[in-house]
Amino acid sequence: MITFVIRRLFATVFLLIVVSAITFAIFFIIPRLAGQNTYQLATEYVGRNPTRQAVLQIEAQLGLDHPLWVQYGNFLKGIVLGTHYNAGTNTAYCPPPCFGYSFRTQQPVWPQMVSDLPVTLSLAIGAAIIWLVSGVSIGIISALKRGTLFDRFSMSVALVGVSLPIFFTGLISLELFSYKWPIFPNVTFVPFSTNPLLWARNLVLPWLCLSFLYAALYARLTRAGMLETMSEDYIRTARSKGLPERTVIFKHGLRAALTPIVTIFGMDLGLLLGGAIITEVTFSLHGLGLFTVEAVQNQDLPEILGVTLLAAFFIVIANLVVDILYAVLDPRVKY
Amino acid sequence: MPQTLLEVEDLRIHFPTEDGLVKAVDGVSFSLERGRTLGIVGESGSGKSVTSMGIMGLNQGSKAQISGHIRLDGEELVGAQPGRVRALRGDKMAMIFQDPLSSLHPYYKVGDQIIEAFRVHNDVSKKVARKHAIDLLGRVGIPQPEVRVDDYPHQFSGGMRQRAMIAMALSCDPGLLIADEPTTALDVTVQAQILDLISDLQSEFGSAVIMITHDLGVVAELSDDILVMYAGRAAEYGSAAEIFGRPGHPYTWGLLASMPRLDRERTSRLVPIPGTPPSLIRVPSGCPFHPRCRYTELVGGQRCETEVPALREVVTPGHAAACHLTAEERTRQWAELSADKIPDDATAATEGPEAREPA
Repeated sequence: MITFVIRRLFATVFLLIVVSAITFAIFFIIPRLAGQNTYQLATEYVGRNPTRQAVLQIEAQLGLDHPLWVQYGNFLKGIVLGTHYNAGTNTAYCPPPCFGYSFRTQQPVWPQMVSDLPVTLSLAIGAAIIWLVSGVSIGIISALKRGTLFDRFSMSVALVGVSLPIFFTGLISLELFSYKWPIFPNVTFVPFSTNPLLWARNLVLPWLCLSFLYAALYARLTRAGMLETMSEDYIRTARSKGLPERTVIFKHGLRAALTPIVTIFGMDLGLLLGGAIITEVTFSLHGLGLFTVEAVQNQDLPEILGVTLLAAFFIVIANLVVDILYAVLDPRVKY
Repeated sequence: MPQTLLEVEDLRIHFPTEDGLVKAVDGVSFSLERGRTLGIVGESGSGKSVTSMGIMGLNQGSKAQISGHIRLDGEELVGAQPGRVRALRGDKMAMIFQDPLSSLHPYYKVGDQIIEAFRVHNDVSKKVARKHAIDLLGRVGIPQPEVRVDDYPHQFSGGMRQRAMIAMALSCDPGLLIADEPTTALDVTVQAQILDLISDLQSEFGSAVIMITHDLGVVAELSDDILVMYAGRAAEYGSAAEIFGRPGHPYTWGLLASMPRLDRERTSRLVPIPGTPPSLIRVPSGCPFHPRCRYTELVGGQRCETEVPALREVVTPGHAAACHLTAEERTRQWAELSADKIPDDATAATEGPEAREPA
């Protein structure tokens, strides 16, 4: 088991290097292959109104005249160790992990992402707990009461849930519960450490909207999985042993039905941690999602590069956790 | 002490479906004494598995309509409280299933699954239960049971899985063991081992066994009594010697004739029963077997098509068949059939009836 985890860790590190290489290639090699010279490439990193002097300074800073492997080495070194940017007159130190300076703020990218991370974390983890608990329980009850009114009703709601986009449910809920009946007025992010109660209150609407979509999906998945498992031969065996029905359902049925759910849950959460873009935009929560949108709108390449790598990091880590969890949950998995 | 352990009387299990009422079991009666084995034989869909599920109370809670009587040790199970039947299940009656891989839970250790079965009905510590599980695994012939107890089902071979299933079924020393096609999913070489194991353990534990199978060879080896089922009803019921010696139902003849035998000439072909098993929603009128039967013209009038044959004793007491043919006609037909089929085989056809006549 331990060797398996170590092996997976090595694989993860390797995967992260590959991701960084691909990201580097997208930002620094492909434009060159498309015929841009180093000056034109440097122009992209100066923002919307480049002056010749600023471009030349960036060109020197990024070392665009070095061979590609040196550039990639510097790029990695910046992320791992930090970089001293030598811009001729002044030397700036960019502490690790260094993704460069934002054009808009002239600040290092990393601290900005770090300050936005709690918003996304609060949003994603809170919503994940809600959708996991509600979706899975509704799925179980629906499967056990197949064909009843409860089953039909909840599956209809679930169908609506997977069909409605968040920018629709989000805006409607804001209109109803924030303006018309101000139960949740002023939906802004308040750090948990400042005021936990306000933190939770202000996040209720985004949580519900985000989790509605996923809960609907998970309810359907759980229901299908439960229906399949409960007709398995080993469930009949469990019953023939004289086990109480509750043990049969939860210990034997749910245990097997939940394993695939865990996999999907890990992937979904990993994806969301890189930024719940639509939810954050809808509710104006300044998390990584909104950060990404603004970076793209401003063509702020260092920011885009940073958030791309961070999102990839979350997904790779989620993959690792899911793999390990799967090996723990399913004894048939060879490791 | 009453010797009869299980009494099934006029058992009917019907399932309402959108297409109509499925009469999976329609008036079956039999009884079973301690230490004896009853073989239930029939094609797929003849109601043998549903009968066993009915005894175990495993179709309680579904839409099944169950009537008749099932008495285990004198206790009525039809209409009993589900909680009461659950308490008996696994404790007083246990079951082995066809496919041991899918019947064992893939996520739990074999030992834990046996421990679970034991602890539901016995208030013992985990440690005691574990010892019991190891002991059981040893008795069903698993090598190194103290090691294999911690294996998962996928680490066992097919035969070992079925042995583990048997260990699990026997964990509470049940009076009744139902084996539903226990060897169908196994290699031929392993089949014989498993059957030997069941019969050894039966004499050791003194359980009554119901062996459900479509394989006449299996019942011939193990059973004291045989119940041949067709379309949810009993076609023939009697001792194994009687059923093999002088079967009294055309369907049983068909089953025997379609069985490959090593002691027969290769040239003689197996004779299949023509046609297919009937739909249990629209069971043929009269004798359910009449559309596939070759002997209907020997019965006068349209009786086979219109009159349901009662399960009547043929010649010997205790051996009954549901057929309109007269006793003489049956003896003649079977003698002809077996003589034709088995030219040099003296055991079943010629010797059989004569040898048993005085008895």
